[in-house]
Amino acid sequence: MSFLELRGIRKTYPGVLANDDISLHVEAGEIHGLVGENGAGKSTLMKLLYGMEQPDAGEIRLNGKRVMIANPQDAIRLGIGMVHQHFQLVPSLTVAENIALGAEPRYGPFLNRFRLRRQVQALSEQFGLQVDPNALVSDLPVGLQQRVEILKMLYRNARLLILDEPSAVLTPQEVESLFGVLRRLVAGGCTAIFITHKLYEIMALCTRATVLRRGRVVGTVQTVDTTPSEIARLMVGHEVEAPVITEAPADGRRRPRLEVRNLQITSGSRRATQIDLTVFGGEILGIAGVEGNGQQELVEALIGVADGVSGEVLLDGESITRVPTRTRRERGLALIPEDRQTEGLSKAMAIWENLSAGDYYQQAQGLGVLPLGQMRAMAAGLLNRFDIRATDERVGVGTLSGGNAQKVVIARELMRDPSVLVAVQPTRGLDIGAAGFVQEQLLRLRGAGVGVLLISADLDELLALSDRIAVLFNGRIVAQFPRAAATREQIGLAMAGKTMSENIL
Amino acid sequence: MDSLDLIVNIAAATLRLGTPLILAAMAGLLSLQVGQVNIGLEGLMLAGAFTVVAVGFATQSVLVGLLAAIVVGMLLAAVFTLVVTRLKANLIIAGLALNLLVSGGTAYLLSVLFGTSGTFSPPDLESLPSLYIPGLSDLPVLGRLLFSFSPLVYMSWLAVPLVAIFLYRTVPGLHIRAIGQNEEAARSVGIPVRARQYLALMLGGALCGLAGAHLAVGDLALFREDMTAGRGFIALAAVYFAAGRPGFSALACLLFGLFEAVQFRLQLASSTPPQFFQMLPYLMVVVTLALISARKEWRKGWS
Repeated sequence: MSFLELRGIRKTYPGVLANDDISLHVEAGEIHGLVGENGAGKSTLMKLLYGMEQPDAGEIRLNGKRVMIANPQDAIRLGIGMVHQHFQLVPSLTVAENIALGAEPRYGPFLNRFRLRRQVQALSEQFGLQVDPNALVSDLPVGLQQRVEILKMLYRNARLLILDEPSAVLTPQEVESLFGVLRRLVAGGCTAIFITHKLYEIMALCTRATVLRRGRVVGTVQTVDTTPSEIARLMVGHEVEAPVITEAPADGRRRPRLEVRNLQITSGSRRATQIDLTVFGGEILGIAGVEGNGQQELVEALIGVADGVSGEVLLDGESITRVPTRTRRERGLALIPEDRQTEGLSKAMAIWENLSAGDYYQQAQGLGVLPLGQMRAMAAGLLNRFDIRATDERVGVGTLSGGNAQKVVIARELMRDPSVLVAVQPTRGLDIGAAGFVQEQLLRLRGAGVGVLLISADLDELLALSDRIAVLFNGRIVAQFPRAAATREQIGLAMAGKTMSENIL
Repeated sequence: MDSLDLIVNIAAATLRLGTPLILAAMAGLLSLQVGQVNIGLEGLMLAGAFTVVAVGFATQSVLVGLLAAIVVGMLLAAVFTLVVTRLKANLIIAGLALNLLVSGGTAYLLSVLFGTSGTFSPPDLESLPSLYIPGLSDLPVLGRLLFSFSPLVYMSWLAVPLVAIFLYRTVPGLHIRAIGQNEEAARSVGIPVRARQYLALMLGGALCGLAGAHLAVGDLALFREDMTAGRGFIALAAVYFAAGRPGFSALACLLFGLFEAVQFRLQLASSTPPQFFQMLPYLMVVVTLALISARKEWRKGWS
């Protein structure tokens, strides 16, 4: 008898079959991987399990008994706990208040702070998860916030732990420590479902893994009997080829395309940063680092929307430090922003409008009238060239999938042959096919002599694409590695601010 | 002695005029903390003012009128909650609608029920009795400053620590703050989000009912159309510039009360049209708000 059994689960949303006849066994004491591309139905399935949605058909059995999970309270009562991909924490409350939220020790109508603190301390000692119960959650780094989320589940006596892409925001060392915690919890009698799309995590952590594709189970594998490429094949439905990287041209033939000298940002409450770096033509310079260590400040300074910038930024040898954003773009600076939905695109507008957002003013004719027909025709051409899948160019960008939306951004940025491309998390949230397309485009630009600055929290991506990797910590570049010399461990240490004597600077 | 007299008079007027603001500000604070900022405070107050006069007149008891004002405030707040939560209406529009509804509704009822318009001052309705403690109330300065008001003034002083304790020391208060910051998180741990939203906003409704009642029967006993005159918005401004902290919100309200008290004095002492002075307190609010945010920016620049 399995600890958890899902039988024939089916869930439809208007126009979408999110889960189709899903059956799944999770044995007591295992860490069960759940993998699949975005949109494969992983999150929907977990929402059903946690009572946030109701299945249209099928049943859920815990310890052989059929259970109805109408809401999260039911799930909690049944011992099911979930760490959401986006943390469900209240920033202005303390660690202890967050852990106990909704199930607080009371003293009449009052919160019993004394008992609350004792309970949280006991819990954190019992499971070896150190936290300061009185710290405000808003002051904690991401890794610790996740620890609070895990304690939140344990506080409610969860026996089945669901973790939705928990490693996405962590450094490699934090991921290792998370794995250690999960192994300890499982050894202590818990069972876990681990959702991810990183295959090496499945191989390292899980005993078995179930692969979803387009809402269906396409296989459950024992990790000892399989390989990452086998799982990838199941996820995508066909063989997956890794992007092929040729050697970068020798240093002597390269010219610096983007130079950042002693860049400091001192505006308002922002972290002061001090950054020096050079991106050569024909190379991809990867910037590793935990989010919030100066990436955003660097990008804002490069594209010219930050206040209080000192130092110098050179584009192809010419200073653009005091030049407005529009001029920077005209001189060949392109940007793939971190959040395509809010920073990269205007959701309410059509594809063709978004495609012309960068240079519409150059097309204006007498009296500022825009040649709409011409702009639409140009957009239609880009749809073809960049393989954007939409009925036509008048479709609203808000209705596109993540991959297609990102292609719109890329088409707009690349159509004017930039000399430097700043790409921030360009493949985040994309399925393997679309991510591959984006990576190909980056490599194509590199081949064409463009300087690419790739800022990413995904170390695998950085290691796969970058010619050199620089690590940003606390607003500074603390280490730089040529690709051949870069290892996950070294980069991870630098991301955590640990300096090493053998840094190659 | 004259100038002392003047200062005491203005101080006492400040406390009286600050009362409805403080009560409404506590209501605004609750709505802000639960994440459903209620710009309909104005309407809720006006409904309270009308109810206390109408019901007080009908029952010949200002106390019954007061209770009715509280109930009406809570009912209207409940409707507001329903509209902005379950029916997912826009907060701004729902709040404005509430204000317009009450403004028009009270004028209409005034004419239908009492056959009058503008001001309704029932001859045999008395204002709330002022506190009189033999000995204490007769003290030369303190007596007039601390022991000479209608009970609602003291209630407003009490409301501030009570709201603070409720929000920061009790479990429902903790839930309300959690909902305001991250509703999804609150839902995911099984907090009854809807019930807490009703709680916070209906408590606010009761406080607004009291605030309106003070305007109508605190000193005089009359209802005038739109007699709240923007006080609901001033209260909300006070909450914002105190960054949601109860004590500072109340102080901000008293500051506006002071502007109003001084304005009345100036009106009496000058031949300039009174409308000019009536404008001053509102102008001061704008200036104060601008100064405060300018100071924030200035500080940021130096940190």
